[in-house]
Parts: sequence; structure tokens; C-alpha cells
Amino acid sequence: MSDKNVNANIEMKELSFSEAIREAMVEEMRRDPGVFLMGEDVGVFGGVWGVSHDMLDEFGPERVRDTPISEIAIVGTGLGAAMVGMRPIVEIMFGDFLMCAGDQIANQVAKARFMSGGKADVPLTIRVTTGAPGSSAAQHSQSPESWFMNVPGIKIVTPATPADAKGLLRTAIRGADPVLFFEPKMLYADKGAAPDDPDFAVPFGEARVAREGRDVTVIAVGIMVKHALAAAAQLAEDDISVEVVDPRTLVPLDKKTLIDSVAKTSRVVVAHEAHLRSGPGAEIAAMLAEEAIEYLDGPIVRVGAKNVPLPYNPALENYVLPDASDIVRALKSFWGKA
Amino acid sequence: MSDKELTSYSKDFLAELFRKMVLVREFELRAIEERRNGLIPGFIHSCVGQEASAVGATAALTQEDVITSTHRGHGHLLGKGGDPKYMMAELAARSTGYCLGRGGSLHLADFELGILGANGIVGGGIPIAVGAGLAFQMRGEKRVSLSFFGDGATNEGAFHEALNLAGLWSLPVIFLCENNLYGEGTPQDQQAPIADLAKRAESYGFPGEIVDGNDVLAVYEATKAAAARARAGEGPTMIEAKTYRFRGHYEGDPQIYRKPGEMAEWRKRDPIPNFRQRLLDAGLFDAEALDEIEADVQADLDEAVAFAESAPAPKPEEALAGVYAETHDGLIF
Repeated sequence: MSDKNVNANIEMKELSFSEAIREAMVEEMRRDPGVFLMGEDVGVFGGVWGVSHDMLDEFGPERVRDTPISEIAIVGTGLGAAMVGMRPIVEIMFGDFLMCAGDQIANQVAKARFMSGGKADVPLTIRVTTGAPGSSAAQHSQSPESWFMNVPGIKIVTPATPADAKGLLRTAIRGADPVLFFEPKMLYADKGAAPDDPDFAVPFGEARVAREGRDVTVIAVGIMVKHALAAAAQLAEDDISVEVVDPRTLVPLDKKTLIDSVAKTSRVVVAHEAHLRSGPGAEIAAMLAEEAIEYLDGPIVRVGAKNVPLPYNPALENYVLPDASDIVRALKSFWGKA
Repeated sequence: MSDKELTSYSKDFLAELFRKMVLVREFELRAIEERRNGLIPGFIHSCVGQEASAVGATAALTQEDVITSTHRGHGHLLGKGGDPKYMMAELAARSTGYCLGRGGSLHLADFELGILGANGIVGGGIPIAVGAGLAFQMRGEKRVSLSFFGDGATNEGAFHEALNLAGLWSLPVIFLCENNLYGEGTPQDQQAPIADLAKRAESYGFPGEIVDGNDVLAVYEATKAAAARARAGEGPTMIEAKTYRFRGHYEGDPQIYRKPGEMAEWRKRDPIPNFRQRLLDAGLFDAEALDEIEADVQADLDEAVAFAESAPAPKPEEALAGVYAETHDGLIF
């Protein structure tokens, strides 16, 4: 896995996805007194996913703020603080709860700069979990990344590795634009190497080629990068060479890297855990149809959750959610092996 | 009427309150006229009748303090020092307007003046004001954040979440509710089971005070006391200014919802002629001095309209700029 943003001279450190996020927050809070964390159970509890464990001890309750269960106030207060010079990180416990703060995100945060004629800086990072953690049913399992892709003004970041989680979060915190930062719950415990550098940052708008291949491209979002790599390993046994591309940010979208990959392989699968209908893949597929159709030897195939609410029953849930086997099936469809 | 003697204020201060109330009223009337003339393409939600609350409250703030405003926000902006030229140009959708013609009346903002924005969403600015108050508290600054909103906003979730948080954290925020008795076209008494909305503050652990919203000095004194509380670290205050709007929710609103006789009663309490009469009765100003202030306002507004008319319209493709601070390929396509 090559990454041009990693300086070869900097030592790598093994850490979990969760630790990577925590490190980025801690390092930025040490560096800049304007950075603080606010959300439900982020302090004493350490975050329901444990991401902010012990941060209260280092930074105190002023900068690691437990809030009431008030998503409108969490996001809106973050926005107001950002407008007067702070760099808040606010945490929304589940992606499903973003809708509780819907007005603040879609009408206030995203539009503040534009509506004010470009005057409002909004250095606000909204950290939020995404994806189904298993038998959590329809209000704690959704992947709402694309809900906000239709709202201009907010950047949408979807890390899939510890290194990207750390580097992208740093870019979010240091930037002047609002960011929705989606953390797949089921990746928190996954480990990987990340540069041990308090300035390591991954720029937005640069996709990552997670695995190089010749025959077919999988453009995978969030946790589906992991499943796509597993699928690619499986297809290698059949001598099918799969390229896996991780956009890393959906807004902005690195169209060039996606198109370059498709130009090379001439086949493409787009995979995400979000529901298929108008999921992130719909935008990516439409973009490829408009700008890369001449490279394609077959249809653009999408993999995503079936268009029903996420069920509680494990067998039903498994049926609705996409996984590596769905990507394998989609890939093989190009060779009539579905 | 506020109890304090007029003579306890400086003449300059009283003249400025009068000038600003006249400016707000005349700005609204001019904007309405220019909308009819075709200069202004968008809706206008005028605050005619509510000048005292806008001017009284902002007079109690410093330049470093901030406000969030509403769809009926022209008075709040002018009170906080907004320049009628840039406001009129924004209403006229020109590049020289406060928001380069991208925001219009509902989104007027000037961060240098501490105006964090009007708002098109009822109650939308309240949590934003709380956030600014949080930042001031965290940085140890003696600044105050004031959120204007109407009676209708007190039935929004944003109001309750924001007041709860401000009370919980004792933030330096003033919640200034302009209760004009109507939420759009529905009377306040059909929108909430209580008439005195200031009572809602108590459940969030801080005082709620009712003032005569048509008495500029009463609003000023209440806001000044609330600001002193906030600066002393004693937390938020809610002020309910009882007032009335003399025009529709928006220009063109047929106002079929008004209660009979209500308008005539409130017209007797028009904040501007009443304040003018008080200034005359106290012998502080003669009629000529006040006439001169009114004439100066008209001259300023002539200038504002001329400025708006002469300004270039934005180029259509300018719509693509200013969405993000940091642009990238693949961001806008």
C-alpha cells in the first residue's frame, strides 16, 4: 500500500482506528488551545465507543465537554464557537442521530460561509459513527454519508484505515470548512500502521489506491474498503486482478484517480454499506457514466445495502447488508460467473 | 415606561436611540418601496412597530459583543451598527452588499460588527449564539452573545436545547424574545399554552424578565442588566419584549388573522412617536432638532438606495465562489 503523503523518513506506529482518531484529537488539542471536544458521553465515559478515553484527564472538563442529549445544541453550539474563532470537534454518537441536528447541519453549518458572502469561517469537525454494529436495528445502524452529499458547503470524509483516520481528521480540524467525519463502528478495533508524526495530514480530495490491479476496479467507501480487499484477494486465486480505490473523501471527490483506474481496468464496481438508492455510489456511478463511459466494457455495478431499514434479526440484517461475498459476486459478474 | 428619569441619560445617547429607531422604521419603509420599484427581488419581513426592542437591546451591547438575528432582522443589524448602504445593496442582490448578493435579507451578516447572521430558519440562530457565548467563556473574555428571536421560535426544539445548555453551563448569553403576538399568521395564544414566554427561562435555571418591548429605554435597561450579569459570570437571562408588528409577516401578507381593534390599540403605543414626545416633554430637545435627525436619516437612506442602484450585479458564475474556504478539484461540479 503506497501513499505519497507518507514521508519515508518518519517512523510508522501500529495503532487501532480508534486510537488513531484519539491521537489526532489529542495532538491537535495540545497544539491549539482553540480545539476542544464536545458531545454526549465523551468525557467521563470516554465516548460510548471509547474513542476519547482518558482525554478528560489530560484536558479537563472545559475542553472535553459532556453535553446533554441535545444534538441541535451540540452542532449549533459548535457552529457558533467556530464562527468566533474556536475549532470545535463535536461528536454525534450515531449517524442516525444526525437528523436530530438536521437543520443545524444542512441549513446553518453548511451554508454559513456562502450565505455571508464568504465571510464566515466554519472550522467545525462533526465526528460521527456510521454503519451497522450488529443487531442494532434501524435507528443505530445506518450509513448516512450520502444524505449530506446533496447539501453543498460541507465536506464529507470517509476514512477506512487508521492512517487515513488520523491524517484526514487532522486536515479536518485544521481546515476552515465544516466537515462531517464518518467513523465506521466496525473498524474501531482494526489495527494498522500510521506515521508517528504530529503533523501527518492527509489532504482532502485525494483518493488512495489501496490495491493495484489490472482487470477490474472496486471503488469502495469506508468499511467496504476492507471487504473489497478481501474480495480482491479471493479473486486473485482465479487470476483476476482487482484494483481497490478508496475515495477517502466523498466531498470533494477525486474524480481523476477514479477515472484513471477505470480507464486502466475498463470495469468497475462501486461498493458502500449505505443503502443503494441514492447512496454515495449513485453519485460516483453517474460521474463515471458522464466522464468515463468510453473506457467501460460493461455496466457500472453497485454494491450496497438493500433499500429497506436495517433489521434487528441477525439473519435478516446479514441479508440486507453488503459484505465481501457481495463484492465477489459483483466482480465475477463481469466474467459471467455470478 | 421605564422608571428612570430621561435626564439621567446623556442627550447624545437619547438622540442616538431616536435616530436609530427612525432609521430602522424608515429603512423598512424604503426597502418596501424599493421592492415595489423592482430594485429588491426577494421577500421582506419588516420590523415596523418593533424598533424599540431592536434598538434598545443593541444599545446595551459593545462592539465586541455578538448577536444572532432573525428573518425580521433589519432592526437588529442597524442597531448593532450595520451600514444601511451595504444592507440595501444586499437586499438589491448586488456584489457590494454585505453578503455579495448571495444571502439577501434573511442572511445579512457582518462578522466585524459581531453580527453572526440573520436567519431564515425560525430559532436557527439561538444555538449559534450559545456557541459564541461558550467560546467567550472558555477564553475568559468578558463578551456577551445576544440572540434575537420571536415568540414563534420558543416552540422550536432549538430554543429549548440551546437554553438548557446555556443554563447548564452558565454561559454569557442573552435570549431576547420579541413577542409580537403572531408566529407568522397564527396568534401566539394558539401556538403556546402560556402568554408570558419569559417563564420558560425558569425551567432552564435562569431568570426570565418581561419588558415593554415598545419602550426603548425599558429594553435597554433590561438588556444592560442582563449583560452585566453575563459579564460577571452569572449566566444567561431571557428577556421577553412584548411588542407588535404593524405590517404583515412578509410584505404582501393579507393579514386576515388580526384580531379586531388590536392594531388600533397597538398603534397608540407606537414606539417612535411616543419616544419623540417624551424627549419633547422632558424639554431635552426641540422639535426642530428631532426633525433634523429625521431629515438626516432620509438623506442616509437616499444615499443607501443610490449606492445599491449604482452597484454592479454579480456575474452569474460568481455563484460558484465562496462556498468553501479551501477549494479542491472535485468539490464543485
